[in-house]
Amino acid sequence: MTAVTSLPPSPARIAKKTAENSKTISLILDASIPAVPGQFAMLWLPGVDEKPFSIAGRDPLTFAIANVGPFSGALHTLKPGDTLWFRGPFGNGYSTAEGRSLLVGGGYGAAPLHFLALELMAARGERGSLPTVAIGARTEADLLFIPRFRALGLDTHVATEDGSAGVKGRVTDAVASLLDSRRFERVYACGPEAMLEALGSLCAGRSLPAQLSHEAYMRCGIGLCGACEHGGRLVCMDGPVFTVPAESGA
Amino acid sequence: MMGARGIDLSCSIAGVKLKNPLVLASGIWGTSPALLLRAARCGAGAVTAKTCTLAPRRGHKNPTAVDWGHGLLNAMGLPNPGVEEETEMLREAKLLLAPLGVPLIASISADTSDDFGRAAALIARAEPDLIELNISCPNIQDCDHGIFAGHPQSAAAVTRAVKSALKSVVKIPCIVKLAPNVPSISEIALAVAEAGADAITAINTMPGMLIDAESGRPVLANATGGISGPALKPIALRCVHETREAVRVPIIGTGGVVTGIDAVEMIAAGATAVGVGSAVTYRGERAFALILSELEGWLSAHGHGSLDDIRGCAHAKAQAVATSNPPPVPGWERG
Repeated sequence: MTAVTSLPPSPARIAKKTAENSKTISLILDASIPAVPGQFAMLWLPGVDEKPFSIAGRDPLTFAIANVGPFSGALHTLKPGDTLWFRGPFGNGYSTAEGRSLLVGGGYGAAPLHFLALELMAARGERGSLPTVAIGARTEADLLFIPRFRALGLDTHVATEDGSAGVKGRVTDAVASLLDSRRFERVYACGPEAMLEALGSLCAGRSLPAQLSHEAYMRCGIGLCGACEHGGRLVCMDGPVFTVPAESGA
Repeated sequence: MMGARGIDLSCSIAGVKLKNPLVLASGIWGTSPALLLRAARCGAGAVTAKTCTLAPRRGHKNPTAVDWGHGLLNAMGLPNPGVEEETEMLREAKLLLAPLGVPLIASISADTSDDFGRAAALIARAEPDLIELNISCPNIQDCDHGIFAGHPQSAAAVTRAVKSALKSVVKIPCIVKLAPNVPSISEIALAVAEAGADAITAINTMPGMLIDAESGRPVLANATGGISGPALKPIALRCVHETREAVRVPIIGTGGVVTGIDAVEMIAAGATAVGVGSAVTYRGERAFALILSELEGWLSAHGHGSLDDIRGCAHAKAQAVATSNPPPVPGWERG
C-alpha cells in the first residue's frame, strides 16, 4: 500500500468492516495516508454525498462511522470489496507531547482517540506515562471503543447519562473528579460542542492546556467557502483541533 | 500604503482608495463579518463578500470543491442567506473594517436585470464601498441563455438596471464581474463600460469538469464547476489584457494569483488591483502577507517605486514587438 495525499477523491477498496457498537462500524480500507490523529478526510459515495470524517487509523486507513443520517446510513451498507472514495488528510490534528495526558471522548467523538492513544503510546519514552481515557455517551449501547482502550491496558473511565454503564452523568463530571484527584499535563478531546465548551472551562480553571477537536458541517474542506466557520475560524483549515489556551513554546 | 521598502502599493478603484492592490475575491471566506475582518487583518487591501441573491439559496450538494493538482474546481451554487440577512452582515462587517481602512465590496446576483436592480438597492442600505455584479457565476443558470456575462446586450442591461436603481439611493460605484468563456471579452467589457460600469473584475472561474474514472461519474455533484487557481492564470491574463485594450475603467485582475510575481503579471496586463481567492487554499491565511511581500520585493529589486511604474507594461511591449522587425532565427531559412 502506498501512502498518498489525495487531491481529487481516490477510490479505495473496503478490506474489512467491523461493528464497534450498536450504531457504529469501522471501515478499514486497502489504503494508507500520511495522517496524524485529529485530521479528517472527506468521504465520497458518487451520486450520494461527500462528508468529513475523523481519521481513526492511518495504516490501514480506517474510519469509525456512526449511523446518524442518510449518508452515514449509506456508508453502513458498504461491504468488504466495495469501493469508498476519500480525499485528505485535511486540517490540523492533535500535537502529541510527553507527559500525563487525559483523552476525553463524547459519543462518536471517541473516533480519533484510539488512533491518538496508539500514537501517544508509541511516542512515549521508557518511563513515560500511559494516557488516561474518559469516554461518555447517552447510554451503554452508544459507548465507543471501550474494549479497545482497555485492551491497550489504559485506565479507562466511563460515564453514561442514564447510568447504564460506568458513573451516571456526563463525561465532564467524570473528568472534573479526575482533574481534582490527579495531575495531567494536557487534555485531548473530541465530542459535541457542549461537551467541548464545558471541558474548555474545566481546563481553563486549572490552567491546563486542552486540544479540542470540533465538528462542523463542511462543504469545500480546503479553507475557501466559509461553511465550517466557528467564531471567525475555519474548522477545516484552522482546526478541527484547536488548543485552548495556545501552548507556549510548543 | 508605503511598505517597509518605501514602495507605494496603494491604488484606487472608481474613487475608492485601497492601501494595497489585493482584493479578497468573492466566494472566498466572505460569509461572515469575522471572516471578512480576518482577510483584512491578514493583509487584503479590500474584501469582497460572498455573492447574495434576493432569496436565500442552499447551494449545491457535496462534493462542491476539489483540488485537482493544477487548480481547483468548485460549484458551490451560490449558497447565501438572502439579501436581507446579507445586508445586516455587511453592516456589521463595515463597522469592523472601518478602523482598518479596508473597503468592503458587496456582491450580488439575480435571475433578471430588474432583480439585479432590486438586490443592489437593498444591499446599498449597508453602504458598502463598492457593489460587484456577479453576472458570470458558471454554476447557476441565471438567465435564459446561460450567464448575463455571455452577451454584450444582457451584460449591459444588468449594468444599466443597477445603475438606475442606485441613482435614487446613494452613490456607490459598481464593478461588473466578467466571464472568461465568451468569444470576445472586449465586446462585453465595452458594453458594460458604456452602460455605466465603474470598474470591471476579470475574471470569474472557467467552466470545467472532472470525472472520476473508477465510478465513471463527474466528481462534483453539480457535474460541472468553475476552474480557479494556477490553471486559470493564463486565461485571466489574456482576459485582463484584452479588457484593458477595450476600456479604460479600472480592472480587478482575478484568476490564479498565488504569488507576488503572479500579481506583477496581472498588473502588467493592465489590472489596477488584483483578486486573491484560491491562493488561500495553497498558502493559508498568510497568502495575503506573502503575496504583498513578494510583490514589494520584486518592485524594489527592479527599481520601481509604485504599481503605476509597471501597470499595463505588457501592452507597450506587445506593441513594440509587433512593430519591430525581429532578426531571423539562425538556421530558419534552411528549414
